[in-house]
Amino acid sequence: MSTEEELQSNVSVASSSPTSNCISRNTLGGLKEHNYLGLSDCSSVGSSTLSPLAEDDKATISLKATELTLGFPGSQSPAKDTELNLLSPAKLDEKPFFPLLPSKDEICSSSQKNNASGNKRGYSDTMDQFAEAKSSVYTEKNWMFPEAAATQSVTKKDVPQNIPKGQSSTTNNSSSPPAAKAQIVGWPPVRSYRKNTLATTCKNSDEVDGRPGSGALFVKVSMDGAPYLRKVDLRSYTNYGELSSALEKMFTTFTLGQCGSNGAAGKDMLSETKLKDLLNGKDYVLTYEDKDGDWMLVGDVPWEMFIDVCKKLKIMKGCDAIGLAAAPRAMEKSKMRA
Amino acid sequence: MGLRFPPKVLEHILSFIDSNEDRNSVSLVCKSWFETERKTRKRVFVGNCYAVSPAAVTRRFPEMRSLTLKGKPHFADYNLVPDGWGGYAWPWIEAMAAKSSSLEEIRMKRMVVTDECLEKIAASFKDFKVLVLTSCEGFSTDGIAAIAATCRNLRVLELRECIVEDLGGDWLSYFPESSTSLVSLDFSCLDSEVKISDLERLVSRSPNLKSLKLNPAVTLDGLVSLLRCAPQLTELGTGSFAAQLKPEAFSKLSEAFSNCKQLQSLSGLWDVLPEYLPALYSVCPGLTSLNLSYATVRMPDLVELLRRCSKLQKLWVMDLIEDKGLEAVASYCKELRELRVFPSEPDLDATNIPLTEQGLVFVSKGCRKLESVLYFCVQFTNAALFTIARKRPNLKCFRLCVIEPFAPDYKTNEPLDKGFKAIAEGCRDLRRLSVSGLLSDKAFKYIGKHAKKVRMLSIAFAGDSDLMLHHLLSGCQSLKKLEIRDCPFGDTALLEHAAKLETMRSLWMSSCFVSFGACKLLSQKMPRLNVEVIDEHPPESRPESSPVERIYIYRTVAGPRMDTPEFVWTIHKNPENGVSHLAIK
Repeated sequence: MSTEEELQSNVSVASSSPTSNCISRNTLGGLKEHNYLGLSDCSSVGSSTLSPLAEDDKATISLKATELTLGFPGSQSPAKDTELNLLSPAKLDEKPFFPLLPSKDEICSSSQKNNASGNKRGYSDTMDQFAEAKSSVYTEKNWMFPEAAATQSVTKKDVPQNIPKGQSSTTNNSSSPPAAKAQIVGWPPVRSYRKNTLATTCKNSDEVDGRPGSGALFVKVSMDGAPYLRKVDLRSYTNYGELSSALEKMFTTFTLGQCGSNGAAGKDMLSETKLKDLLNGKDYVLTYEDKDGDWMLVGDVPWEMFIDVCKKLKIMKGCDAIGLAAAPRAMEKSKMRA
Repeated sequence: MGLRFPPKVLEHILSFIDSNEDRNSVSLVCKSWFETERKTRKRVFVGNCYAVSPAAVTRRFPEMRSLTLKGKPHFADYNLVPDGWGGYAWPWIEAMAAKSSSLEEIRMKRMVVTDECLEKIAASFKDFKVLVLTSCEGFSTDGIAAIAATCRNLRVLELRECIVEDLGGDWLSYFPESSTSLVSLDFSCLDSEVKISDLERLVSRSPNLKSLKLNPAVTLDGLVSLLRCAPQLTELGTGSFAAQLKPEAFSKLSEAFSNCKQLQSLSGLWDVLPEYLPALYSVCPGLTSLNLSYATVRMPDLVELLRRCSKLQKLWVMDLIEDKGLEAVASYCKELRELRVFPSEPDLDATNIPLTEQGLVFVSKGCRKLESVLYFCVQFTNAALFTIARKRPNLKCFRLCVIEPFAPDYKTNEPLDKGFKAIAEGCRDLRRLSVSGLLSDKAFKYIGKHAKKVRMLSIAFAGDSDLMLHHLLSGCQSLKKLEIRDCPFGDTALLEHAAKLETMRSLWMSSCFVSFGACKLLSQKMPRLNVEVIDEHPPESRPESSPVERIYIYRTVAGPRMDTPEFVWTIHKNPENGVSHLAIK
C-alpha cells in the first residue's frame, strides 16, 4: 500500500468513531492540523506549546506519522510526538500504551532511561510467531500508538527528568534534555486514597514549616454527562492554558467545543473577548468550586490565587453556567484590570 | 453400602469447621451433606458480588449471620476501572433484609454503598453488630448516623479508606447514650471534625472498646483526653500530629501513651513531627503492628523509634526509611512477618530517595519470619531477588513494584526473568505474587512452572507475546485471580485456555491486545463466564480485530448482570444478539 492509501485508511478508521467529523483528506503535502474529534479549529487545541509548522515539515512529518510501523509508542523522539497530535483519535484517558519503551531501532537515540536493547523484543520479532491472519490485528493497532505518544508529551510540564543514582550509566544520550515523563494512569499502583492523603499531608507539613506548598494538589474534575470522574494535579500546570488543554484531552469524547480554546499561552487570566466567547453559547464551560462552596467560572482570578481556592472542577454545559454569579463579575474584573 | 451419619452428628462435626473452603468441599460430597452444611453455615463469603445472585445466597444459607462481599476488580484501586462500573450493594442489602433478618455482620470491599443501603441495614437487622466497609464509596455521613442511631448492639463500625461525602461531624452524636457495646470504631477516612466531648463520652461508656482509629481532624489535645478515657485500647489510630510542639503538650502525650499498657497496634500519625516521636517510646516494646505509611518522618528519627519495637510483626512505612533504616529493622525487629514500603512520592518523576533493593535484602536476611512483602522501588536486580528467595523460602506474599516500567536489572541490564524464577522456585508457598520490571516471556514460563500455589497474580508492562499468557494459564494450577495491564499478548492464548478461566474467580486485562472478536468467541464458548468489555466506544463501531481497552472476565452462575453502565458491554452468549448493555438502575 502506498503511504497515501495508508493515510486514507487510517482516516477512515478514525472516522468510524461517532464523534469525529473533521477529517482532512488532503494530499500529504497539505495535511492540515485537524483534530479528528471535531474540536475547535483553534490552533490551541491541545497544543498550546506547539509552534507553527512549516509546510515542508508538515509533509515530512505526516509521512512519518502515517507510516505503519511496528514498535512501541513513545519510541519517537519528543519533538515528533507533538506533531503526532494530528492523528489523535478520541481517547478519554491520557494514558498512553507502553509509553516508555523505545523500539529496537530507536534505542541509541532515545534519551529515555531504559536501554535494554538486546533484551526487549520488538513486535517484529513476536510477529513471526503468529499466523498471517493476526498481522492485521497489529497493523490495526498501530494507528493508536502515535496518539498515545502525543498525549504524553503535551500535558506534562517540562521538568528535567530525575535520574536515580546508578542509572545514568545506561543513558546513552545525555546531551538533549530528557522529556518530561507522562503520567500513566494507575501507575505506580498506589491507591488514590493514599496519593490524596499524602498530597494533603505534604501540603500541611509545608504550611507548618512555613515553606510554600510544593506537594501535588489533586482536585476532582467532573463533567456533565460523563461517567468518569477524573483528578488533576493543579500544581502540575502553570497557567489556565495548560489546565484547559489537559482537561480537553481528558474529556475529548464529549466534544468540549470552545472550552479548551481559552488557553492563550503565557497569560494567566482570560481576556474579555475570550470570556465572551466562552459564555456565548459554546458547548461547555469550565467552572470550579471555591473554598466558600460557591461555583465560579474559571479564569476570573490570577492563576496563583485560583489554585489556592479551587476545591473542585466541573465542566458544565454553557447554558447552565450562564447563571453563575461569577460571570458578570468576572467580566467587570477583567475590564478593571485591562 | 456407605456409612451414613445422622444429620445431627454431621451438624456437630461441622460446627468445628470454619473454613469456607473446607465447607465448600463438604457440600460437594453428597446431597444430604450439602443440605446439612448449608443449613449450618453462618459466615458466607462472596468473592465477586456478580458471581451469584443475592437471592441464591439467601436461599441457600438461611442461617447466615455474617456476609462478606467484594465488588469491583482490584485494579479499581488504581483508577483503572471507570466510575460507575458497578458493584452495587443495594440488591444484596435488599435481599438480606427480606430473607435473612438475623444477619449480624456485613463486610464489604470495593462496593458502592448508598445512604439508602445503610438506612436499610439499620432498619432491618435487629441484632446488627458489625459493619466494615473497605474502599467503598457512595454514601455520606448521614448513612453512618443512621447506623449509629439505630443499631443498639453495634460492636464494630469501621470505614477503611472509603470515599465518603462528609456532611459534618454530627454523625457521632447519633450514638445514643444507652450505646455501650462498641468494640471497634474506625473513622479515619472522614474529613470533618467531630465533637471531642461527644467522642469522649462515647469512649468512656464503652468498656469493651479495644480499637479506635481517629481521623486527621482530631487534634493532639483530643487524642490525649481520649487516651485517658480508654487506656485499655489495643489498637489506636491517632489523629493529626501537626500542632506546634509545646513542652506541656509533649509530656501530657507521653504520659497518656505510657498508660496504654495494652497497646499493640499503632497507625495514623499524619503529619507527625519528629519531636513527638519520643512520646511513643513507651508503647514501642509492646507493639506488634505499626503503620507509619502516612508519617513523613525521615531518618534517623525512624530508627530511634523502630529499634525499640522488638516485638513488631507488621510494619508499613514509606521509602523515607531508606536502606539504612531497613538495615536497622533487620537487626531489631526479629519478629517481623509483614513489611510494606510505600513510595513517598507516588509519581514517575520521583526524586532521589536512597531506598534501593538493598533495603529489602537486609530485611530478608535478618527477619526469619518474614512472609509478606510489598515493596516499591525505582529499580531492582536479579541478584537481590536470588538472595531474597534463598533466604526467605517461606514467603507467602511477594509484591514487588519496580516503579520504572520495563526497568531491567540496573547492574547487568538483563531482564528480571531469572530473579523472579528464583522467587517462584524457591518460595514454594507463595500465594500472591506481583511482578514488575523488564520481563520477557521466559519469566512467565518459570512462574507457570513453579508457582503452583499462587492464587493471585498481578502483572504490568511485561512479556513479549501470547506465550506469556499461555505459560500462566497452563501452568499456575491454583490461580484464582489474574490481573494484567499493558502487556502485549492477544487472542490466541486466551481462547486456547478458555476452560481455565472457569476455574478462576476473575481475569482482568487492560491495554492488551485482545480483540473484540476474541471476546465474542470466548463468551460463546464459555456459557458460565461473563465477558465484560469496558470501553468508551461501542465494540461494534470498530473492526472485530481491533483491541478493546479493558476486559473483565469472571465466572458466574448469575448470568449477565443487569446494571451495566453505558461503557460496559457484556457479550451475549447467543451470537445473534451481539452485545448488550442495559441502562443502570
